[in-house]
Order: sequence, then structure tokens, then C-alpha cells
Amino acid sequence: HYATEADRIVIMLRQSLRSASALRSAAKTHGARAMSTYALPSLPYDLGALEPVVNTEIMTLHHGKHHATYVANLNAALEKYADAEAKKDVAAMIALQGAIKFNGGGHVNHSIFWTNLCAPKDVVAPSEASPELAKMIDAQWGSLDAFKTEFNTKTAAVQGSGWGWLGYDKAAKKLAIATCANQDPLSTTGLTPLLGIDVWEHAYYLQYKNVRPEYLKQVWQVVNWKNVAERFKAASA
Amino acid sequence: VLLSITHAMFTKYAVLASLAVAANAFAPSFLGGRLSLRQGQTSSATGVSMKIELPPLPYDYTALEPKISKTTLTIHHDKHHAKYVNVANQMIEGTEMEGDDAEAILMKAHKDNNVGLFNNAAQSWNHAFYWDCMKPNGGGAPTGDIAAQIDKDFGSYDEFKKQFDVAGNTAFGSGWAWLSWDGSKLSVDKTIGAGNPLTDGKTPVLTMDVWEHAYYVDYQNMRATYVTTFLDELVNWDFVNENFAKAKK
Repeated sequence: HYATEADRIVIMLRQSLRSASALRSAAKTHGARAMSTYALPSLPYDLGALEPVVNTEIMTLHHGKHHATYVANLNAALEKYADAEAKKDVAAMIALQGAIKFNGGGHVNHSIFWTNLCAPKDVVAPSEASPELAKMIDAQWGSLDAFKTEFNTKTAAVQGSGWGWLGYDKAAKKLAIATCANQDPLSTTGLTPLLGIDVWEHAYYLQYKNVRPEYLKQVWQVVNWKNVAERFKAASA
Repeated sequence: VLLSITHAMFTKYAVLASLAVAANAFAPSFLGGRLSLRQGQTSSATGVSMKIELPPLPYDYTALEPKISKTTLTIHHDKHHAKYVNVANQMIEGTEMEGDDAEAILMKAHKDNNVGLFNNAAQSWNHAFYWDCMKPNGGGAPTGDIAAQIDKDFGSYDEFKKQFDVAGNTAFGSGWAWLSWDGSKLSVDKTIGAGNPLTDGKTPVLTMDVWEHAYYVDYQNMRATYVTTFLDELVNWDFVNENFAKAKK
């Protein structure tokens, strides 16, 4: 059915050029999707450093088990995602997004959390850590105590699992208190995280049982305002 | 009994009331009266209370040891469950929902998108249901009608067990795993927070609490071990069969 042998050769050449081009772009795509692996960050202090506010048992489980599991599951989900993408299986990619959001959010949130805390003896007042931050808290809430009261009220009211946050609104150049459900990172609200307090029951249950408000009252004794101030400086630059 | 109550109704309301209380108190725990009270129903017919009740545990606080400790049951029932009941009652006080049972309240709250009331009313219902879903030396493969239906709708008990296990382990956060009847078949679902399949028009026959407070004291981060223990050693299949029988009517 080819008019001439020459036509047949031209058709074969075109076909092989097309497949070569397809192979090239596939190789480019596959090669470019090198997957990162995430690692559990070390705690910046000993497991017992936050005693008696958050005890060693909780810190051991919270960092070594819960956060470690988020990291492991994030890596596993991303590996599956890379496979799905290589196969151009969009449905599979979409199906993995929940696990990536949950475990990725858990990793992001807890990585911030450990730096937001320090031993009681290392705590300084916000006014010492950053006069600018302290002034903004006073301007927006009237006083540091009023800020803590609102933060604790909103965070205690989180239904089930979630986080309370002090965030920075870059557009409005203002601080804001926000809460998020489950492991949704604060970035989902558009705010930049400065200070997060975990109110998943695993964060406090072994010590405070059902009395979440007591945990929230005590946790301010281990809040590392120097770290909060660093984040504020970076966010408001 | 029904005829004599009807006759008495017109002349001796107080007698009717006390008969109703007696019937509730002495009905077998797996049927009728006590069960309806356990679902957080009020006893408004007796004029005693217009509130959701906190039912007592159907067993001693030590009864589920070592699978679920006395400490866990004490805090879970006396603090968590009690608080949901108290807050729900505060919220319905002075409203038209006073006198309704927890199921009616959670359905209305869902319809009205009243998240606060839904959370507390549904959690009142969920916990009352959960206590009955467990018993000492429970678990394992079921018998009776539910066993046959599980085989029909899942293929086998093992397949149901696998799905229920996955539901319990992948509720990302605080939630519940459920086995429910939708009118024609059973299905396993997971809900987040206070969620309950009733709002999807399904009838729950079994639930398992996977909020961390349900297992943290006993299993810490090992939710998977709690889920396996629940399935292998705690499920009260008698209660599930009763729920299934009522659901099919």
C-alpha cells in the first residue's frame, strides 16, 4: 500500500523520530523528578529539658514516635507519588494528596514546634526578645496577658485534634491568632507561623489527661520567645 | 401490658409514669428501655428530666482490663463523655429541643449547621453507643445474622476486619470507625471529630473511638495495637446483632 519504497522509508523515519522524541521527553521528565527524603530533626535540648511542664515521657513519644512517623509516612507517600507521576497516573497522584498533606503538615508543624520551646530557665520575656514584637502584641491585644488569654481560649476550643498559632499576616503587617485542624499547616490560612502549640491529645494527655486548659496555662513557661522573635523578624522584613 | 397501660392512661397518669419508670429499670439491658436510655434519651414521660442522660458504663470500670484500663474508662466516661452531655444540655436549655434525645438533637443540629451543638450532642450519642459496643472477653468472629450479612457484603469476616482496621488507622486525627447498615447492605466508614453515619441516612451497628483519649494511656502512639485488640478481644457482637435486627425492621 505504499506508493513507492521511498514513501515507506520516509514513513518509517518519521515514526522513529517521533518515538525518539517521546523517549527523550520521558527521560527528561523522569530524570528531573529526583525525590527528596525528609529527616527527623534533632531536638534542640534534652528530652527532660521541658520538665515539669512537659515531661520526658511525652517528649520521648512525641518526638521519637509521632513526629518520626510523620516523617517516615511523608517519605513513603512521596515515593509512591513519584512512581505515580512517572506512570502519568494522575488519579493515583490525587489519591496520595491527603497523606502528603497530613504527614507533610505533621512534619512541618512539629519541626517549628520543637524550636518554639525551650527549658524554663532559658525563657525570656517577649519585650526582651524583641521590643518590636512586644509592642505589636500590646497594640493588638492590650497586653501580653490578654494575648495569652485569647490564644488559650481559642486553642482550647479546637474540636478534636489541631493546633493553636500566633501567625504573621504579611499583607496586613499584623499579628493574628489562628487555629488549624488536624495537621493542616498554618500556611493553608495564608499566615506565616511564629508560634504553634500542639493540642493533639498526644501532646499533653499523659500528664494533663483531659484538662487541656491546664496544659495551655502551663505551656507558656516553656515558650521560647527568642525563637518567636527570630521568626517575626524574618516574616516582617 | 400495653392494654392495661392504655386503660390506665385516662385516669391514672401517675401510675402510667411509674410503670414506665419500672419498665425502663427492669427491661433487659439489651432490649428496649435501658437501651433507649443509653442512647441519651430523656425520661420526659416520667417528668423526671428534660436532659440528655449520661448512662452508666454497662460494666465495672475494671471490666475491660488490661485491654482498656480502669484509668482510661474513668477519665473517658466520667470526664470526656460527661462533659459532652453537660455542654449539650446547657446548649439545649430553654430551647425547643429540651426533651429530645441525643439522636434527634444531633440530626437537628446537623440540619441547622449548628457545629457546636452537633459536636456535643453527637459525641454524647457516639460515646453511649461505644460503651455497649464492647464487653469483657468479646471480639473475634461474629455469629448470628450479622455474621451472615458480613459474609454477604464483605465476602468474609477477615475482609470486614481488614477494612475496619484501615478505617480506624487512617482517620487522620480524632475520629471514629463505623459498621453501618444503609437499608440494603453493610459498609465500613470512618468519620472525623464527632461525625456519625446517621447524618448520611445510615444506621450504625458498631463503632470504635479512635480519638487519642480512647487509647493513649494504654497504648500511647500505638493506635494500630488498640484497633487490633478492639477487633480481637472487645467487640460485643450481641449488641451489634441487636442493632442490626432493629435496623432491618
